[in-house]
Amino acid sequence: MQLNDAVTGLVIVIFALAEIAYSTTFPSLHGQAYGPSLFPILIGCGLLACGLALIARGLRERRSAGAENAPWLQWGDWAQDPATRINMMLVPGVLIAYILLSDFVGFIPLAIILLSLLLYRLGSSLGASLLYAVVVTIVLQLLFSRVLLVPLPEGIASTLFR
Amino acid sequence: MDTFLQALMLVLDVKVLGVMLASALFGLFVGSIPGLTATMAAALLIPFTFFMEPVPAIAAIVTTVAMAIFAGDIPGALLRIPGTPASAAYCDEAYAMTRKGQAETALGISLVCSAIGGILGAAVLTLTAPVLAEFAIKFSSFEYFWLACLGLSCAVVVSSGSTLKGFVSLLIGLFIATIGIDVTAGHPRFTFGSVEMMGGISFIPAMIGMFAISEVMRYVAAPGSQQAAPQQPIRNVFKGIGSILSRYKLNVARGGVIGAVVGILPGAGADIAAWIAFAMSKRFSREPEKFGTGHVEGLVDSGTANNAGVAGAWIPALVFGIPGDSITAIVIGVLYMKGMNPGPTVFMNQPELINAVFIVFFLANVALIPLGFMAIRLSRRILHVPRKVLIPIILMFCVVGAFAINNTVFGISVMLVMGVLAYIMESNGFPVAPTILGIVLGTMLESNFMSSMIKADGEFSGFFSRPIAATLGVLVIVIWLIPLVKLLVGLVRKPQASQS
Repeated sequence: MQLNDAVTGLVIVIFALAEIAYSTTFPSLHGQAYGPSLFPILIGCGLLACGLALIARGLRERRSAGAENAPWLQWGDWAQDPATRINMMLVPGVLIAYILLSDFVGFIPLAIILLSLLLYRLGSSLGASLLYAVVVTIVLQLLFSRVLLVPLPEGIASTLFR
Repeated sequence: MDTFLQALMLVLDVKVLGVMLASALFGLFVGSIPGLTATMAAALLIPFTFFMEPVPAIAAIVTTVAMAIFAGDIPGALLRIPGTPASAAYCDEAYAMTRKGQAETALGISLVCSAIGGILGAAVLTLTAPVLAEFAIKFSSFEYFWLACLGLSCAVVVSSGSTLKGFVSLLIGLFIATIGIDVTAGHPRFTFGSVEMMGGISFIPAMIGMFAISEVMRYVAAPGSQQAAPQQPIRNVFKGIGSILSRYKLNVARGGVIGAVVGILPGAGADIAAWIAFAMSKRFSREPEKFGTGHVEGLVDSGTANNAGVAGAWIPALVFGIPGDSITAIVIGVLYMKGMNPGPTVFMNQPELINAVFIVFFLANVALIPLGFMAIRLSRRILHVPRKVLIPIILMFCVVGAFAINNTVFGISVMLVMGVLAYIMESNGFPVAPTILGIVLGTMLESNFMSSMIKADGEFSGFFSRPIAATLGVLVIVIWLIPLVKLLVGLVRKPQASQS
């Protein structure tokens, strides 16, 4: 995803203004000139200045290169191809699905489903995807749960086998 | 001597050596697969180091990175795709040698120079770090404040790409560091009522996100086709290496020095060291016209420099707690988690631990020769491993790893946000390294500033009241003025140029 510098700059400026405004609500220390708000405000000011400089640079670039019609936002090559577009959404999608569902579904079933989905979408055959997914999930479960003693979520699977 | 023996005992332990061997194989594998970087290898290791004692944890990271930086040369020479960014500088040159039928020599020189560079870097680390630490023990919050400033400024100046974007990247990192309970007043900042945010953005999931998730996204966006390695016999890679090394022994020394020095600079690591060393090699070569046609000289310089840079980066990390590159930033995060705050006091209180780090460095680089040789022999098979299978596995591994640090899914959320952020930043030319340094140094900067202010009773002159602090302060201000001076000079020159 390629953004014109002016667009990036605008986003940064808006963020910086919001951050500074919020930081001024922090309480100050008694008898101390500088409190918890000092650093966030300084950072905000820095971002504000950089954002403005980026806007200036982006606008100048558009004017100088005869690129008046250049797009403000250019999606990468991946957006041209519908399959890649779906895959690109799938990466954050898989993570969000894990964050939301892992406690309820449990690590083993969820990891198998998500892994085989990803493997299949990236070009493995259905059978291979399932096989790899099952093997990797079992290895991860043994490694983290048994060896490193990480309490991976058990979810509904634990009640099924009890 | 006593502490040295103690350190030797710590390292020569079956468990530590086993961990080193496993990490070596892991590093060689990750490094030789294009698209998987040495930093990513270190980030993927953290969940394991989390459960280890300090010595094996450090040994694992040192070994993995040393191996991965070398292994990046393998696909560089055989496919013209650098396995890690540190091999990018000379991958064209190495590939040109392969096309001339000299793949054996190219890989052999890469391997031997990597090992020599690593050992040179380790020697610089061993000799300078304790001296610096003795000096640094006298530092107070004033000096640390300026040091943090110096590290951050350096990260912006040396980062690749535009200085402005580097600065934005740094400020993003500093902002992330302010999230959570603040150091002086205990006021929750930017937590929006979330209890998990109060502890701040956990560093490790953030790292895994920025280095592994962003890499996964980059692969998914542009999978590309997997090339097969050329069918060239690679048997005795050590043939003729001796004569090349004796002819270019000055290049080896120069590469080692450049690597170590660039490594020390915060924000610049092995990749920048390799670029500079390659450029220097070409500039001072007696036969610069041969560069680009498959000439071994540049390989000697930059192959040495990138491995020396890996060790150089540990000097500021161990002595001041200021990371020299992204990998040592991860190391500092790991050390903090173990309750070990890197700094001069570690040199005084646990000298055996510091000595163990030095020994591990030497050991890893010596072991690089046989293990690297094995990796070269197996390279065709390693390059054959399908990435379409590897990438989903890495993603799932990251999920479990980010979860394992605090046993909450909050870590996975942090990883996701930072991964997407790093991906967007990199595709728009914002370097990521300054963000990492901002996250690591933000808290240090603020707490040292606040305690200095309290000590100096709110007087800014306090920051220049001690001789070392004053020197560092002036140095920082000079560095800050460089871009301004450049800008002014440019403004003055421009009208003159148009007149003439």
